[in-house]
Amino acid sequence: MQHFLDFEKPIAELEGMIEMLRHRTAGDGVNTSEEIAKLQAKVERLFRQIYAKLTPWQKVQVARHPQRPHFSNYLAELVTEWTPLAGDRLFGEDPAILGGLGRFRGRSVVVIGHEKGSDTDSRVRHNFGMARPEGYRKAQRLFQMADHFQLPVLTFVDTPGAYPGVDAEERGQAEAIARCVEAGLRLRVPFVSVVIGEGGSGGAIAIAAADTVLMLEHAIYSVISPEGCASILWRDGEEAKQASEALKLTAQDLLTLGLIDRIINEPLGGAHRQQRQVVNAVGNALDKELTRLAKLEGGVLRAHRREKFLEMGKKGLG
Amino acid sequence: MNWLRNFVRPKIQAIVRKKDVPENLWETCSECGQMIFHRELEANLRVCPECGFHMRLHPEQRLKLLFDEGVYKRIELPEVPADPIKFRDKRRYSDRLRDAQNKTGEPDAIVVAHGRIGGINTVIAAFNFDFLGGSMGTAVGEGIVAAARLAVLQESPFVVVTSSGGARMQEGVLSLMQMARTTVAVEEVKEAGLPYIVVLTNPTTGGVTASFAMLGDLAIAEPGAIIGFAGARVIETTIRESLPEGFQRSEYLLEHGMLDLVVQRAELGNTLARVIGILSNRGPVGELVPIPRTETTPPRPD
Repeated sequence: MQHFLDFEKPIAELEGMIEMLRHRTAGDGVNTSEEIAKLQAKVERLFRQIYAKLTPWQKVQVARHPQRPHFSNYLAELVTEWTPLAGDRLFGEDPAILGGLGRFRGRSVVVIGHEKGSDTDSRVRHNFGMARPEGYRKAQRLFQMADHFQLPVLTFVDTPGAYPGVDAEERGQAEAIARCVEAGLRLRVPFVSVVIGEGGSGGAIAIAAADTVLMLEHAIYSVISPEGCASILWRDGEEAKQASEALKLTAQDLLTLGLIDRIINEPLGGAHRQQRQVVNAVGNALDKELTRLAKLEGGVLRAHRREKFLEMGKKGLG
Repeated sequence: MNWLRNFVRPKIQAIVRKKDVPENLWETCSECGQMIFHRELEANLRVCPECGFHMRLHPEQRLKLLFDEGVYKRIELPEVPADPIKFRDKRRYSDRLRDAQNKTGEPDAIVVAHGRIGGINTVIAAFNFDFLGGSMGTAVGEGIVAAARLAVLQESPFVVVTSSGGARMQEGVLSLMQMARTTVAVEEVKEAGLPYIVVLTNPTTGGVTASFAMLGDLAIAEPGAIIGFAGARVIETTIRESLPEGFQRSEYLLEHGMLDLVVQRAELGNTLARVIGILSNRGPVGELVPIPRTETTPPRPD
């Protein structure tokens, strides 16, 4: 069952009509294929129109779309011999961040990402992609393993943010995130990160201080959720739409600001409509980056990465 | 002319304004509600004489307290683009920024200075909570980078005194990136083999805690300071968990293994001098005694 967003209503109606016509064709033999083709062309046109100029708030909804491909979908398609590794060796295992070993298009790699889950059970199990300190400490451990065995690192970012809970605080959420950023910046191997859905604040950058940061066309990356920002600055969570505009959280804005390196285009109607296509596009982009970075010596990679982040903040939108 | 408006004018205004504030002769302790006469409070380093709560200390007072004889030299920080994403909520960020500059007489929420602590040249970066909640945007990031580089250049220890609500959301992802940027900055200090010490004061939360503030070789906190990642209100309202006694206070963090020391404000200078002295591997000046030379002939191997 396709889930339609509010602004996709006109499309939902047309697709409903197409569905009805198809039924009729099957039932009483009346030829409606011409009509269907016309409607389908219209659907495509509408998609083009709507998705060509999504507002930041609409992008927030697309980025959070329940049917948008999540980390597990990318793993299944892109990584062979996937071997998830569990635990931080200190306290526990956090399923909000998955990580492990595998092969990506012939290369041995370490892959880490936030997993949001795809149905009620798995969402609860993965805590909606909101990691606790154990998740970030597992990521640190895997960063160090990657460095030790000279394996490139791929990370997939998709989280509303780090989990704001009493247990997370008492086990040092802030320290876990800080050390995770540090561990990523220390790597002497290629490190590519891709924001596939929501890049939620500190919980996101924890695994995204990479050589190359890629972002899907309709993904978002923000210092605070639009809802959180609205409730603090507007003192009204309802102003999230306005906050989403002010925060400059779209891939397009972030590319202009020089905070990400490249945008990966999504298929017509967003990643959730053509999962396979978008997963492949991400795979191709990652492959290209790894090929480029593999030519650089580890120390050079680290120096460039550090230089890149040291420069951030010297230029605004102008 | 930008610096005239942003830096010089607020400074002048701050000097002029100081003369007409004698209304605030009494201050209320935010912890126990006790009214304290301002002179008594200042004499007690702004620690409540009633409950011992450590109230906010202005960065200049902080520097005076920590550097030997209160002597230090501030460094001017490089300018950054103001309002980089043209942010506007109910008001323009550029207006809020200017108000904060006028109110504090400072260009942004961080002050960097160098001087001596226990005789050892040291760089301190101190946060000013009165400036937009001590939030970290590009200017604060720049301050940490400049301070770290100065420490490396002078081969001196680096001390950061934090007090911040976290990342400055009016600068969007640019402020988030300051987490990575400041992490690189303090890494340079560590790689140079210099001590990097963080003094956490009330409150230190969000993106500041989740970056350089939790990466110190030593983590020292003032008593009773709120230190954490998520704000207590966020935890209560979004997760609907009730908070344990003393949650996110220094003593709670100490108990959970997140801090090295909790130190009273009056003892902070001595503590820093001691650990910096030990880590810098130098004895206190004047206590160096030359090894007495004795005329002994070494035993001959048989």
